[in-house]
Amino acid sequence: MSFPPSIKSRPVYGVLSPRPGQAHLIIADGEGAGAVADLFASGPGIAERAHVLYTPGPNGTDDWAVIAGLGAAQAQRAASVPTLLFRLARVLLDAKAGTQCYLAGSEGLIGQAERDLMAQGVPHQDIQKEHRGSTVRRVQCVHCKGVTENVRTDPFQCSHCGLHLFVRDHYSRRLAAFQGVCIDAEEPGNIPPPVEKFA
Amino acid sequence: MSVAKLLVRVAEVEKINDLITRFRFVARDGGLLPAFSGGAHVVVEMEDHGTRRMNPYSLSGDPEDRTGYEITVRRDDAGRGGSIYMHRHVSPGMEMVISHPVNLFPLDGRAKKHLFLAGGIGITPFKAMIHQLSHIGAKWELHYATRNPALCAYGDQLKGPVHFYYDDLKSFIPLRDLLARQPLGTHVYCCGPKGMLSWVRATAAELGLPEHSVHFEEFTAPQPGAPFDVELTLTGKTIHVPSHQSLLEAMEANGVDAPYLCRGGACGQCECQVVKAEGQILHRDHWLTDEEKASNSKIMPCVSRFEGRSLAIER
Repeated sequence: MSFPPSIKSRPVYGVLSPRPGQAHLIIADGEGAGAVADLFASGPGIAERAHVLYTPGPNGTDDWAVIAGLGAAQAQRAASVPTLLFRLARVLLDAKAGTQCYLAGSEGLIGQAERDLMAQGVPHQDIQKEHRGSTVRRVQCVHCKGVTENVRTDPFQCSHCGLHLFVRDHYSRRLAAFQGVCIDAEEPGNIPPPVEKFA
Repeated sequence: MSVAKLLVRVAEVEKINDLITRFRFVARDGGLLPAFSGGAHVVVEMEDHGTRRMNPYSLSGDPEDRTGYEITVRRDDAGRGGSIYMHRHVSPGMEMVISHPVNLFPLDGRAKKHLFLAGGIGITPFKAMIHQLSHIGAKWELHYATRNPALCAYGDQLKGPVHFYYDDLKSFIPLRDLLARQPLGTHVYCCGPKGMLSWVRATAAELGLPEHSVHFEEFTAPQPGAPFDVELTLTGKTIHVPSHQSLLEAMEANGVDAPYLCRGGACGQCECQVVKAEGQILHRDHWLTDEEKASNSKIMPCVSRFEGRSLAIER
């Protein structure tokens, strides 16, 4: 799926396509397994040099069986995004410059994996990203700086400070989060009913 | 583009080897020169017996030292004459005019490690970058190939993780293995002859290094060619471009105010819209996309030329 056109900082996603590389590091969650399967199908040489890290999506989709059947040199299922990122940090310690990076699935997982790769010096333009599945958002409250995962409604209540936040399309690659801004700052208590925007 | 220039005096001229000479410029007013960063160049203006030459040279000194700028010039006997002028006619005490520094080959601050690949005189920007990184303690490594030890400029001064290679001794940069063993987050910088640049570009792509982590210094000296005439539609002049002058130089010689920064087809500053081209534009820049070049809708007057019946550009 693709998202409607928005402001410049709103991430856009492509379709994973095989590129030459000494190693292929593939990180996916939920329905992202389908994008990984398509990638393997279009790049016959990928499997033998692939390391796949996978975790179920925020909507509960667990396509681990798809990943396990791809014949990747290494494939690991993590119980959650934080445990996947913990494993990723270890993988990056030994990774070489000629590692192609592919991310697929929900925006929260893609964004956090991209953030960790960028922190290692990988230019964000060269990290391939394909969105599949859930559209729930990872949002940072601009007031208390707390991040709330899997936001489904707009506005929503910050899980840290309790403010009611309007979810913007304004996105930070460094934080891997959309921006949430207090919706009743000018008229405290005037909070529109939450609308289910992300699923 | 009338940009303020720097008025300098030549403080030192040091012969480094048979082909390479180092020049140091200081401000004529005795003050500090503008700050620069490793990889920056200045355009040196030369009044060569009636011909005005303007050549870009990388700054090879320490960016922390604002009391002077250093450039390192290789004499190119087959070139258009700028380097020969520098070697034969520039001496200490001489007053010269240079541009402000411009950096089209900067260090990428996101890198975890900086890997420098130098071929011959391509060492110059890396000398400045190494100074800069040494001040902040960042990780770097230099692989430096020259024809032979006698032509290895600054070989004795470069300390640290430096590896030398000499063509005459049949020692070459083990490029494939070298790139293959770099840790993730390494940024590669290459400055050297054209063949080396394409070798590095192809090998890095084949190994899967991220495209934006491989950086090239791509100045091209303007090549001579057949003379041609060009109509400048905004100025309302038609000028002649002789075979040993670039279109940009011809405009300047005719008093046309034309913008520029690198004079080597890399920065895009001098780009001109083509109004009419009956003939072929000989694109020699690294700026325009392949589609733009094929459409003949733009020209980079610092390095590109024209062959054909008539050319009109917006300038």
